[in-house]
Amino acid sequence: MDLIDTFFNGRVLWDSLPLLLMGLGTTLSLGILSIVLGLVGGLVLALLRLYGPPALSGLWVLYIDLFRAIPILVLLVIVYYALPFVGIRLSPFASATTALSLVSAAYSAEILRAGIQAIPRGQFEASQALGLSYWSMMGDIVLPQAVRIVIPPMTSNCINVMKDTALASVVAMPDLLKQATQAQALAANPTPLIGAAALYVLLLLPMVRAVGTLEKHFAKERR
Amino acid sequence: MQINDMQAGKAGRAASARPAARPIIAIRDLRKMYGSFCALSGINLDVAEGEVVVLLGPSGSGKSTLIRCINLLETYDSGTVTVDDVAVRPGPNLAAVRSEVGMVFQSFNLFPHMTVLRNVALAPIRVRKLAPKAAEERAMELLTRVGIAEQAGKFPGQLSGGQQQRVAIARALAMEPKILLFDEPTSALDPEMVGEVLDVMQSLARTGVTMVVVTHEMGFARRVADRVIFMERGQIVEEAKPEAFFSAPKEERARAFLQAVLNH
Repeated sequence: MDLIDTFFNGRVLWDSLPLLLMGLGTTLSLGILSIVLGLVGGLVLALLRLYGPPALSGLWVLYIDLFRAIPILVLLVIVYYALPFVGIRLSPFASATTALSLVSAAYSAEILRAGIQAIPRGQFEASQALGLSYWSMMGDIVLPQAVRIVIPPMTSNCINVMKDTALASVVAMPDLLKQATQAQALAANPTPLIGAAALYVLLLLPMVRAVGTLEKHFAKERR
Repeated sequence: MQINDMQAGKAGRAASARPAARPIIAIRDLRKMYGSFCALSGINLDVAEGEVVVLLGPSGSGKSTLIRCINLLETYDSGTVTVDDVAVRPGPNLAAVRSEVGMVFQSFNLFPHMTVLRNVALAPIRVRKLAPKAAEERAMELLTRVGIAEQAGKFPGQLSGGQQQRVAIARALAMEPKILLFDEPTSALDPEMVGEVLDVMQSLARTGVTMVVVTHEMGFARRVADRVIFMERGQIVEEAKPEAFFSAPKEERARAFLQAVLNH
C-alpha cells in the first residue's frame, strides 16, 4: 500500500497533470523542431558531401564526425553556458534546439548518404541520359528511392532526438522531465516522475514499434 | 508488333539522304585509358542522319565504352564528340545535348518507384515542359506502339524483362531524340524475350531515326544495320555493309570473331 501511495499516488498525479502536460507540449515542440531542422541540415550535408566541391568535402566529413562524437549533453552545456562569454545568449529552448539539431543533422547526413549510395548507378545514368536536370534527378528519381531505404534508420534517429530532449532540463528548460521534477519537489512525492516516464513511453512506443513494422515491410518489398 | 507510322516524317528524308547526309554524330580521335588498359585508342567515326550503325566485337573491345562516350556517361582522356554540330562536354549545355540522344541500357534502368506510364512521361514533363496530361497521352501512344499499353499502370518490377526493355525504349522515344543508343539491349534478357525487343528495334530502324547499337545479335546486325563496325582492343578494325561483312570479312580478326560467334 505504501508503495502505491509513493509511486502511483492518484491525487498527486492528478494535481501535477497540468504541469506534466505543459512539459509534454514543450518536449514535443522541441523534439519536432529539432527533428525537422536536423533532417533539412542532414540532407544539405549529405548532398554537399557527395556532390559538393571536392576541396570542401573534408569539411563536411569533419562536421559529421565531430557532431556524432560529442555527447549531446556536453554540447548543450557549451551552447548554453559557454557561448554567452562570446556574446551569444540563447534561451534554453533555442540552446536545446541548436544542440539537438546540430547532432541530428550529422546523423541524418550519414543515414541519407548511405541511402543515396545504395541507389544503383543505372538510375543516375538513365536520368542523365534523358537530360533531366540535377535537381530533377535527385528530387524525382534518387531521393524518393533513397528515402524508402532510410525510413527505418531515420525513424530510429528521430526517436533518439525525441528522447534526448530530456537533456534540456539541465539548462532549465521547462520540458516534460523538468516539470516532473518540479512537481515532485512540490508534492514531495515521486509520482509525477512516474507519470512523466509513462508519457515518454506512450509517445515513443508507437514510433519504436513502427521501426520494426517498417523494416519488415521493406524487407518483404525487396524480395 | 508494328511501329510503322512512328516519326513517319523522318523516314522519307532519311531513306533518300542516307549515304551522303552530314554526320549527326562525329567522333574524332577518341582515347580512353582505364589505368594501363587502353579502352579506346583513337576512334574516328561519323554516323549519318538516319543511319543504323551496329557495333560488333568481343567483350572488352570498347564498344560499350564508345557508345557511352557519345552522351558522356563515360568520360574520356582526349578527342571530341559532336552531336548535331554541338560538342558534347561537361557544362550547362550537357543536359540539353543528352535530351536529344536517347539511350537504352542492358539492365533497362527503369525507375522502379514509378508506374510504367510515369516512367515514360516524366522526362518530357521535366525537360520539355510538356503538360502532364499531354505527356501521359503521348506516353500511352508510345506504349501502344511498343505493345504494352495494358501495363501502363503497373510498376516495372511487375513486368517481364522483355516488357521492361520495351518500356525503356518507349521512355527514350518520349523525348523524340535525334539519336537512339542501344547498349546491349537484349543481353540481360531470357532468350524467349529477345525477339520481342529486336522486333521493336527493327521497326524503329525503318522510321529513319539514327541508331547506334551495341549487340551480339548477329541476325539483327545483318538484317537491320546500314553499316557494321567491328571493334577490337579499343580500335575500329573493320567497317562494312552488313552483306559484305558477314559474307566476306576483310580482316583476319573479324573473320575469327565471326567464326566464333556464328558456329556455336
